[in-house]
Amino acid sequence: MLAMILKEFRQVRRDRRTLAMLIVMPVVLLLVFGYAASFDVDEIPTIVVGTQAEMVSERLPGIFRVETVDVAGDRDELESELIAGVAHVGFAAEGEEITALIDGSELFMAQAAVRVISGASGQQPGLSYEILFNPDLDTSAVLIPGLAGLIIVFVGTLVTSMSVVREREAGTLEQLAVMPLKPKDVFIGKIAPYFLIASLDIVLVLLIGTVLFDVPFNGSVVPLAIGAVMFLFVALGVGVLISSVSENQAQAIQLALMTTLPQIMLSGIIFPLSSMAPGVRWIGYLLPLTYFNLVAKGAMVRGAGLIDLAAPLGLLAVLGMGIFGLAVIRFARQLRPARARVSA
Amino acid sequence: MTWGARDVSVLYAGRPALVEVTVDLRPGQIAIVVGGDGAGKTTLCRSVVGLEAVAGGRVSRPARTCFQPETSGVWPELTVMENLEFVARGYALDRSHARSRIAELLEVTDLADARDRPGRQLSGGMRQKLGVAMAVLSEPELLVLDEPTTGLDPVSRLELWSFIDLSARQGRAVLVTSTYLDEATRADVVTVLDEGRVLTSGSVAEIISEMPGRIFVSDRKIGMQSWRRGASWRAWSETGDPIPGAREVEPDLTDVVTVAALAGEQR
Repeated sequence: MLAMILKEFRQVRRDRRTLAMLIVMPVVLLLVFGYAASFDVDEIPTIVVGTQAEMVSERLPGIFRVETVDVAGDRDELESELIAGVAHVGFAAEGEEITALIDGSELFMAQAAVRVISGASGQQPGLSYEILFNPDLDTSAVLIPGLAGLIIVFVGTLVTSMSVVREREAGTLEQLAVMPLKPKDVFIGKIAPYFLIASLDIVLVLLIGTVLFDVPFNGSVVPLAIGAVMFLFVALGVGVLISSVSENQAQAIQLALMTTLPQIMLSGIIFPLSSMAPGVRWIGYLLPLTYFNLVAKGAMVRGAGLIDLAAPLGLLAVLGMGIFGLAVIRFARQLRPARARVSA
Repeated sequence: MTWGARDVSVLYAGRPALVEVTVDLRPGQIAIVVGGDGAGKTTLCRSVVGLEAVAGGRVSRPARTCFQPETSGVWPELTVMENLEFVARGYALDRSHARSRIAELLEVTDLADARDRPGRQLSGGMRQKLGVAMAVLSEPELLVLDEPTTGLDPVSRLELWSFIDLSARQGRAVLVTSTYLDEATRADVVTVLDEGRVLTSGSVAEIISEMPGRIFVSDRKIGMQSWRRGASWRAWSETGDPIPGAREVEPDLTDVVTVAALAGEQR
């Protein structure tokens, strides 16, 4: 038995990647997720409009971080700003009436806002609140758009990386390299089925979400579709990049998990980005799922349009072009490492 | 017309995997590269087909070069027919030509009855035959086969070699690698590799005739330069001087390769 234990230790010691997974990763994950795992809301981006906007903004509790005060603004403008995601709470202060509009797509901020406003309504006559987009503050309405992104990550990154590595393990990638096929054709041919399957998965998840779990679809399908396609390019690109540095399928799975776990925890799907410690929040802003989640939630729950979502869509496009471009280059290099002279 | 590798050197992480290796490939000829594990056979094949960057020397090949990797190169999830059809499309073969060519190859390789069987369900011999069939499907000028017979039973090896012979008779230049020395007799040109270096090369007759010294046989071990073969011992006299207690025999390819390895160790 001792011989068996020693043999196993030797094997683990020589598999450096697994060793790193076993020792370094738990520490890193605990530190990162420990700082990220928080539902506490310290501040909520807020806009105040209406004739009494100046006065109201001065009296607001500290949790409401006032971004804009617009005495000429009205409720319609406020709603537009909330749809665009500029702020998550808006106060419309006209005469004696103060109406707080709360963005229900940001679950924890909305719950915190409701708590604070309910507590203050006894001291401030005329104060009322209204929850927009997700009036019952349903968790599924907030989670399911992000889950669609997770499915893209799973199919795009994990399955694609394994598929390319499997091709290399079987020696068939060499076959493809020798065939008179352009690397671009091989690359597109390789990822196209996963692109279609992941697209179908997204449609299914969102259909099931809206039909079974009553997730609202308040906006247009166009920004969501554009965001999904761009995010899919990122996920597929990451999958191909992982395959290019993995010698076998086990390594590909390890690496895919290493890239998927932080996306689940730090992209704002589970824990709000604003609640995370600044030391780990920046990681969330580097993750493509963060921006897909913003697009999906914005388009579905808040009914945001293309212009409202221009920033996350733009960032997804930049990430998509960068990662996908790098994946194409790496893949082409794998297929054509040498330039031997070809005699006709 | 000659293709192949001329003084090719390949480095892996700064260490030499091939050192100034030359292998000439001519239409209608089979060139075999024989060597043990780690000799550099796969690296040479990969260099010739352009999958490996060379650090020195020159590689040339025709535009129509096909390669069967060591793993057979068969897609395990695809059926025999689907594998062949995919390769035909990959090489942009005319549809009717591809159909007749596939039918012909299925017949020659005796795979017609297995046409609907997935690659993963084929025996080792059938998979290798399919791999070679896929490689010759597009009628290449140069065919590179990396250890197509490794791990096959004797009957499958014979069948595969008949197929390789046929390919050469059809005018193709064929480069085959093998760990089996006895297969060298089937080739026109033999190159013996050891640790990335050429031990000896030429036709079997040339290699044997160029061996320095003489070979003796005895029923016991004689000196340091002797080795067991079957029930007896062979010994190499580098200078050609007779060895007392042993009788001279005509060397065969196994003797010559052993001598080349011994001479290499001395250097």
